[in-house]
Amino acid sequence: MGEVLILVDHVDGKLRKATAELLTIARRLGEPSAVHIGPGADTAQVTLAKYGAHKVYVFDDEAALKNLVAPQAEVLAAVVAKADPVAVLLPSNTGGKEIAARLAVKTESGLITDAVDVQAGEGGPVATQSAFAGGYTVKSQVTKGAAIIAVKPNSAAIEAAPAAAAPEKVEITLSDLATSAPITDRQPKAKSGRPELTEASIVVSGGRGTGGDFGPVESFADSLGAAVGASRAAVDSGWYPHSNQVGQTGKQVSPQLYVAAGISGAIQHRAGMQTSKTIVAVNKDEEAPIFELVDFGVVGDLFNVLPQATDEVKKRKG
Amino acid sequence: MNIVVCVKHVPDAQADRTFSEDHTVDRTGVDGLLSELDEYAVEEALKLAEATSGEVTVVTVGPAAAADAVKKALQMGADKGVHVSDEAIHGSDAPATSLILAEAIKKATEGSPQLVITGMASTDGTMGVVPAMLAERLGLPQVTYASELTLEGEKVTIKRDNDASTETIEATLPALVSVTDQINEPRYPSFKGIMAAKKKPVETWGLADLGIDAGQVGLANAWTKVVEISKRPPREKGEIITDEGDGGTKLAEFLAGRKFL
Repeated sequence: MGEVLILVDHVDGKLRKATAELLTIARRLGEPSAVHIGPGADTAQVTLAKYGAHKVYVFDDEAALKNLVAPQAEVLAAVVAKADPVAVLLPSNTGGKEIAARLAVKTESGLITDAVDVQAGEGGPVATQSAFAGGYTVKSQVTKGAAIIAVKPNSAAIEAAPAAAAPEKVEITLSDLATSAPITDRQPKAKSGRPELTEASIVVSGGRGTGGDFGPVESFADSLGAAVGASRAAVDSGWYPHSNQVGQTGKQVSPQLYVAAGISGAIQHRAGMQTSKTIVAVNKDEEAPIFELVDFGVVGDLFNVLPQATDEVKKRKG
Repeated sequence: MNIVVCVKHVPDAQADRTFSEDHTVDRTGVDGLLSELDEYAVEEALKLAEATSGEVTVVTVGPAAAADAVKKALQMGADKGVHVSDEAIHGSDAPATSLILAEAIKKATEGSPQLVITGMASTDGTMGVVPAMLAERLGLPQVTYASELTLEGEKVTIKRDNDASTETIEATLPALVSVTDQINEPRYPSFKGIMAAKKKPVETWGLADLGIDAGQVGLANAWTKVVEISKRPPREKGEIITDEGDGGTKLAEFLAGRKFL
């Protein structure tokens, strides 16, 4: 079986959820190897072994993460040249997609982003994407080079499958161009105590219908252990930070459960959440387009419905 | 300073967008327009040009109708336009599109662009990969997803919001910048701008003008292929209730039934 590379998604060595998901998917396609760029490979090794990485290519030069995107593409290109993998899987977030983009040009390989599923197929991996704000499902294959596929978080249920995760150093020198866009400052997002929006299993979002009061949305989210999102209307009104915006120009989420409160469901919002597995909405307007998408909808005032639901969830969870 | 803005003509997201038989985006039945996210790139270019007495060239790749996207940017205030159009381009993937754009940018700036600005993604394909590919192909520092931008002399500094952090990134010109919808408020074309745009020069180039072989671009030469497209079946009509004082409880019951609690 051919080798499949996955780019380890981590913050200062702490693995993000996408990493184990990518390894789980990689096992369907071949023999997974992880590529760890930056510090923390030693601590990551345990988890990478648990989820089936046979090898871990390590590039620990600090400069790699102190410059935007380009160094990581150079490291991956070097590993691709050496390992000749059948596929390279990366997390489909802004940085992951940009690394994939540069890697595609460097290695003259086809690129698919925003995959919500990847399966083995005749002639290589088949990736599933959602197009036109979720109106269409598209299945594609890469026809040239290694199949470079950026996969959205929550696209696979992680499964352990222990392997050796044998470390192997990557020996390259980064080019001057790769170090020409230095990151001079990095401010961690204020800790909300909630899961991160793009990797959360449950997301509760508020929109225009909150009138600027996100209290009921946040309380309901906390009762479910969910992340909090916001529609563009709410963000544009200054009610919630842009980093929490769900939609075409914000975050694209694909959780197990998405709750839309006081959100009408304009196309621009749907583009960011329509691949969610279960969708629930609370809205005063029974004509709101969001109700076309829901598995369960409540026509009512979120200021009555959400607090009652919060209490009931807490009661049931004991 | 010469500034190049790359723009895309896209089908209106409010319309019923579909695919053609060859699996490419169907542009015939739907009104097209300048991608909303590119308006922010045009606006930022105009602001920087005004501050530096620079000149803004707007570049697009696309069929005849894509000239409208160039026109809109000229009406907003860009100085001149380049429209790369060639039947062989139809169905090009992102690597091929970035190749064409890169060659067009080089030709438009006699090989030395000082600042290339793009939007963060198109509103139809939404991959958001062409800016990074352009930086790679042009050999320029990549300074992308800018929600704020300052230019001091030759130094460009941006803020970039990531999932877990906000970063400050610097580069020295020449550089490639992509901007988000947080960066500015795009202007509307004024009546004067609309009139002036009619006299602004627009060059139309084919692949031969750029020294690109038709075998490097187009649907048949794409590095990916679509194997299947299906219209998403309408979601099974969900259960919709009207709150009669127990809507919240019923909502919690539904979640419990789906094992979310």
